Amino acid sequence: MKNKIRIAAGQGFWGDRADAPVEQVRKGPVDYLIMDYLAEVTMSIMQKQKMRDPNQGYARDLIPLMKEILPDIVEKDIKVITNAGGVNPLACREAIFEVARNLGLADVKIGIVSGDDIRDQVDTLLKSGNYLNHMESGESIQSIADRLYSANVYLGAQPVVEALRQGAQIIITGRVTDTGLTLAPMIYEFGWQESDYHKLAAGIIAGHIIECGAQVSGGNFLAGWREVPDMAHIGFPIIEAYPDAEFVVTKHENTGGLIDLRTVKEQIVYELGDPTTYITPDVIADFTSIQLEQEAENRVRVRGIQGRPPTDSYKVSVSYADGWTSLSKLTFAWPDALEKAQKADDILRQRIKDLHLEFEEIHTEFLGVNACHGPLAHPVDEPNEVILQIGIRGVHQADFLRFGREMVPLILSGPPTATGFSAGRSRPKEVVAFWPALIPKSLIAPRCDVKGLEK
Amino acid sequence: MKVKLIELAHGRSGDKGDTANVGIIAYKPEYYAFLKRVLTPEKVKQHFTGICKGKVERFEMPNICAFNFLLHQSLGGGGTRSLRHDAQGKTLSTAFLRMELELPDELAEKWGFK
Repeated sequence: MKNKIRIAAGQGFWGDRADAPVEQVRKGPVDYLIMDYLAEVTMSIMQKQKMRDPNQGYARDLIPLMKEILPDIVEKDIKVITNAGGVNPLACREAIFEVARNLGLADVKIGIVSGDDIRDQVDTLLKSGNYLNHMESGESIQSIADRLYSANVYLGAQPVVEALRQGAQIIITGRVTDTGLTLAPMIYEFGWQESDYHKLAAGIIAGHIIECGAQVSGGNFLAGWREVPDMAHIGFPIIEAYPDAEFVVTKHENTGGLIDLRTVKEQIVYELGDPTTYITPDVIADFTSIQLEQEAENRVRVRGIQGRPPTDSYKVSVSYADGWTSLSKLTFAWPDALEKAQKADDILRQRIKDLHLEFEEIHTEFLGVNACHGPLAHPVDEPNEVILQIGIRGVHQADFLRFGREMVPLILSGPPTATGFSAGRSRPKEVVAFWPALIPKSLIAPRCDVKGLEK
Repeated sequence: MKVKLIELAHGRSGDKGDTANVGIIAYKPEYYAFLKRVLTPEKVKQHFTGICKGKVERFEMPNICAFNFLLHQSLGGGGTRSLRHDAQGKTLSTAFLRMELELPDELAEKWGFK
């Protein structure tokens, strides 16, 4: 058994800094590279891509990245765990095999984890029982069953652990929890058992701390952003994990960024619910048990974490089509910029009435004045410019197209000094809404499949 | 004397559907004890008038001198439905920290605010 492993985070979301994972494998020692690509909305985007092309439906950015780092990870024996597989882990694996073949690295073994995608089982589940009711309202999923995009169970660390046991060097998953990606190597390397609740909870909290990438190492750092050195080369976080479930949050030397008690605390509270009851498929973690200690520069030690047995259910995220929105913007300059923008807003609302356009919601914000803090914003004297943003939401696509023709004409027919219209007419964007539900674990069969290139 | 919460604490905010979470982290343990008395859910709900349309829940995290607040129905429907520029509530942390508090004179003196 290893007495320490180093787990590096390479992506906080699909679209995060492209060279971060490259630096994680090159700038210092790491044993695992984990990358989180999946937000709720990502699954529905991937599902739409797969409907158009059955070979798509995963995070395509992974492929050029693997082209760049596969030689490094093979040479240094670094394992890669990522949920980049989205709704098509199989196609993602084939694309990486193609890269491996071209690089002459034919020995690499790749595992896929699936069983999370239950979109095709929703009808059967509905027939067999009262499943997938809305977690908060209790409403039956029947009401949206005809406009589903995706339905995915949040799986835990166990199928990833199984893929590691079968010798996979790269593991591509569907919807595995962000935190499970980090916990899995600890279970595998340190031989933790399913009933080691405190240890499992520590692994989950380690995952929570690094799942948003640089947001723990000096990014979005409210308490002291001016103190953060070299943000242009910010180092992504690394967990140095120990068999007794203590761990250290750190980063490579010679990188920018900052890790201290304040940066770690800000990340601990990010997107948190009840801190005593952080529910995951593997364990329930208690964030009020976390003890932090700054043991050296850019090294925060975490200990004392407690956990308790998980529930009998998996969480399911179902995405479905729910109408349209659009946002339109127009800029007005000094003098009286706010007053002009307000006048333009009045005109647009009058036009919507006159044209009998039907929207469920019209929402106006004045960027530079109150967009972020709304009624809590302090009045601004004589702003140099104000951007009017008018948002609409509704179900009739034709009304959106008609409204799109109303904003730009205000340049000539509305209050003076309007500008910033180079983007042209706004286009309606489909709303993908989410339906959170629970499903008994006994109905779900997580799977892993590990294989090498066929020679 | 009056102080702004931002002098006593920092924080971070994010979203879960239409619920915003704001973590408020006291800079010092003695500030935490004071904030525990004054940052009641009622006071926070009142501060967010016009933004928070649901209930406010407060959870204590004495281990890191922090509180987690859940502000229900605060993000214009949340996620992709929201028409807010800040649909994910990323800036509600500093909206929270604008709050003005009445700091008793003896604490103001002890903590060097006077």
